[in-house]
Amino acid sequence: MIYDWVLGDEAAVKEAFSKAANVVTLELTNNRLVPNAMEPRSAVADYDQAEEHFTLYTTSQNPHVARLVLSAFYNIAPEHKLRVIAPDVGGGFGSKIYVYPEEMVALWASKKVGRPVKWTGDRTEAFITDAHGRDHVTKAEMAFDKDNKIIGLNVKTYANLGAYMSLFSSAVPTYLYATLLSGQYNIPAIHAEIITVYTNTVPVDAYRGAGRPEASYLLERMMETAARQLKLDPGELRRKNFITQFPHQTPVIMAYDIGDFNASLDTAMKAIDYAGFPARKAKAKSEGKLRGIGFSCYIEACGIAPSKAVGSLGAGVGLWESAEVRVNPVGTIEILTGSHSHGQGHETTFAQLVSDRLGVPVSQVQIVHGDTDKVQFGMGTYGSRSIAVGGTAIVKALEKVEAKGKKIAAHLLEASEGDIVIENGEFKVTGTDKSIALPMVALAAYTAHNLPDGMEPGLKETAFYDPSNFTFPAGAYICELEVDPGTGKTSFVNFVAADDFGRLINPMIVEGQVHGGLAQGIGQALLESAIYDGSGQLVTASFMDYAMPRADDLPSFKLNHTSTLCPGNPLGVKGCGEAGAIGASAAVINAITDAIGNNKLEMPATPDRVWHAIHGNA
Amino acid sequence: MYQTTYHRPSTVDEAAALFAKGTEAKYLAGGHTLIPVMKQRLASPSDVIDLASIKELVGIEASGDTLTIKAATPYFDIMQSADVKKSIPAIAYLTSVLGDPAVRHRGTIGGSIANNDPAADFPAALLALGATVKTNKRSIAAHDFFQGLFATALDDGEIITAVSFPIPAKAGYAKMRHPASRFALTGVFVAKTKSGDVRVAATGASSTGVMRVPAIEAALKTNWAAAALDNVKIPANGLLADIHGSADYRANLVKVMAQRAVTAAG
Repeated sequence: MIYDWVLGDEAAVKEAFSKAANVVTLELTNNRLVPNAMEPRSAVADYDQAEEHFTLYTTSQNPHVARLVLSAFYNIAPEHKLRVIAPDVGGGFGSKIYVYPEEMVALWASKKVGRPVKWTGDRTEAFITDAHGRDHVTKAEMAFDKDNKIIGLNVKTYANLGAYMSLFSSAVPTYLYATLLSGQYNIPAIHAEIITVYTNTVPVDAYRGAGRPEASYLLERMMETAARQLKLDPGELRRKNFITQFPHQTPVIMAYDIGDFNASLDTAMKAIDYAGFPARKAKAKSEGKLRGIGFSCYIEACGIAPSKAVGSLGAGVGLWESAEVRVNPVGTIEILTGSHSHGQGHETTFAQLVSDRLGVPVSQVQIVHGDTDKVQFGMGTYGSRSIAVGGTAIVKALEKVEAKGKKIAAHLLEASEGDIVIENGEFKVTGTDKSIALPMVALAAYTAHNLPDGMEPGLKETAFYDPSNFTFPAGAYICELEVDPGTGKTSFVNFVAADDFGRLINPMIVEGQVHGGLAQGIGQALLESAIYDGSGQLVTASFMDYAMPRADDLPSFKLNHTSTLCPGNPLGVKGCGEAGAIGASAAVINAITDAIGNNKLEMPATPDRVWHAIHGNA
Repeated sequence: MYQTTYHRPSTVDEAAALFAKGTEAKYLAGGHTLIPVMKQRLASPSDVIDLASIKELVGIEASGDTLTIKAATPYFDIMQSADVKKSIPAIAYLTSVLGDPAVRHRGTIGGSIANNDPAADFPAALLALGATVKTNKRSIAAHDFFQGLFATALDDGEIITAVSFPIPAKAGYAKMRHPASRFALTGVFVAKTKSGDVRVAATGASSTGVMRVPAIEAALKTNWAAAALDNVKIPANGLLADIHGSADYRANLVKVMAQRAVTAAG
């Protein structure tokens, strides 16, 4: 054991259970996963003897944090003598947040031999060194009153952290897990005990969802199990317990700002034609197939995070974000963001933010990221934070640029500042045809021939934005599938998502994120599992044995969106990068257990396991 | 990968001669087994002799009662071949569920049977159809050719030149794909000859590789129908057990895949 961590009110929970009309118990495993980003980790280190300066090209999700860690924790070089460049990286999912030994060795070696040194991992090396994800064993009990309202939840989880504690690892099964155990439900008393353990396995750390998939899977399997035990419709049981008043303070630290859980469930049930399911199930049965339907009403906490809050919980860093807006002298715009792009499409979305506000074409906007020499300190990308935190930092910097631009325009147009509006790339005096284009405003700023008294030349502003709360994307996923009783193989019939991400800046990019997240959640539910044998050998160390989801393993997803705008940031956005990976697994397992009429089934629900669950273990 | 010398002969005789000259030579066809093994440094042949572009080793011909597929014919060509689709469509189907498009464009029937992976698809087809393996030295009947896990009757340096299949009255293949590798978790090929004999071969199930299934053959000889196998029980002992399937699960799959193969055969 590493440590034994507790959250919640044990006494209140004990009391609730003593008064309960019904208790539902569930034991389950959250299977260990290997991230398998498309691009393996790689590093090129180059030491400049004359400048006594290191340059490191690396596959990092957070180059400034990497520089900080290499400098302050590992003494490779002082920060001002270390440049970290992480250009467009081929996927991370959390595994590239951490600083690994290989980049340190490459740096040391480049100085030792006086030549650039390169390392690239191969796929099996990625399997056995990139931080793994999940790996919990849990026993939980939920107490209900006679009206089927949840009155208490008790959770005990063993979390495997692997052989060593990786950078974020201790936060994942504690603050990112236990604080989500209220789910979408009004639960008055919760108690969670998490026991973390060392084992001779690859270290476990944040992986798409980081703690929230584990919480959501547990809760949503619990709710479906409870519905079956209490003989209630799974949708009805959830509705009875939904939180409907916001803001809502849960008993596990999180205070949800806004949401409408009935709206997403309504949308999902309509989209999948839930009313028509019994007829479809009967028809499938007549054709020899077992059909099932499963719900997952997830909520998660992302847009990480308020620095003071995480600091008080023991974090060593703050989780704000930075942005610099540079309007160039002839009007093109560079956005230097502390966020990092490794598959999220920031270049599109962030440019859109600028274009929407200033009315300039996106071709006039350049997003710059991933280089500690170019961009001011930023915390990088993970925890679905880039639009909520990184985007808001950009907005705050833009507001400063707009304010200065308006002052300059008002001065040049001899109008009052309050009468200036920005439209289609121009600063206009409202109600008149007097206007001046942004490039001219910029030129005026940089020539400084005629600026208001006391104004500094230039048109460039910075903002560091620290969020006041997490954001809380939530939604309902419903999965309909068929199980072949002869082989135990699962085939999807339909998969419907109704997500509330607040405002969507670019719907196509959101769709891509949801598809990817759902693929990973389904991968965990049906296919993926990192397995060790009794002697500590990773048996699944290549794609010959580790089943990655392929396009033909997945359904065509039907995505829907409801929206309650996030009150915590000016964009009203919540973030969407991890939701699919958080909510999908429970929907799949709930559907398979419904199809086969056996609630005892662990992930991954391979055909072998499902067949045994149908026919019994020989 | 260790140092090696690569050769590209243009005839079978040239290939055989190169093999005899090398200290520890290996033949290369699609490369799906040899190359990964060399990359992992589990094999270090002195010479790699590429058979894939030897013209006399590529081609398909159906004439009379026999379908002949030359050894270095890639799976994709087999899958698309009008001769195969007409004479033994079950082989075209087998090839279409083998691996993935990338594998199908390089892998060869000769490579598959020379390797005799216990989960490969083609050994089941050869055994069930009673095929003959032709080499540059002799002809070997399928049941003599496959000799256990990764073992065949081939002598050192012997080159498979073609496989000839007697054309059956009915044949079918059904496969439960391994979710990761897409090899056969279990695959069953059933065939009924023109004279009414029934042969059934299963791959991916046994720890010694492709096997005949007498219990299923007997049931199908009496009644060529999936329902005839409803009460057949395949014993689990001797079958493979791993993280993807227990022995009793594979035993079940032998039966279920046989049923589906019979249905596919018509």
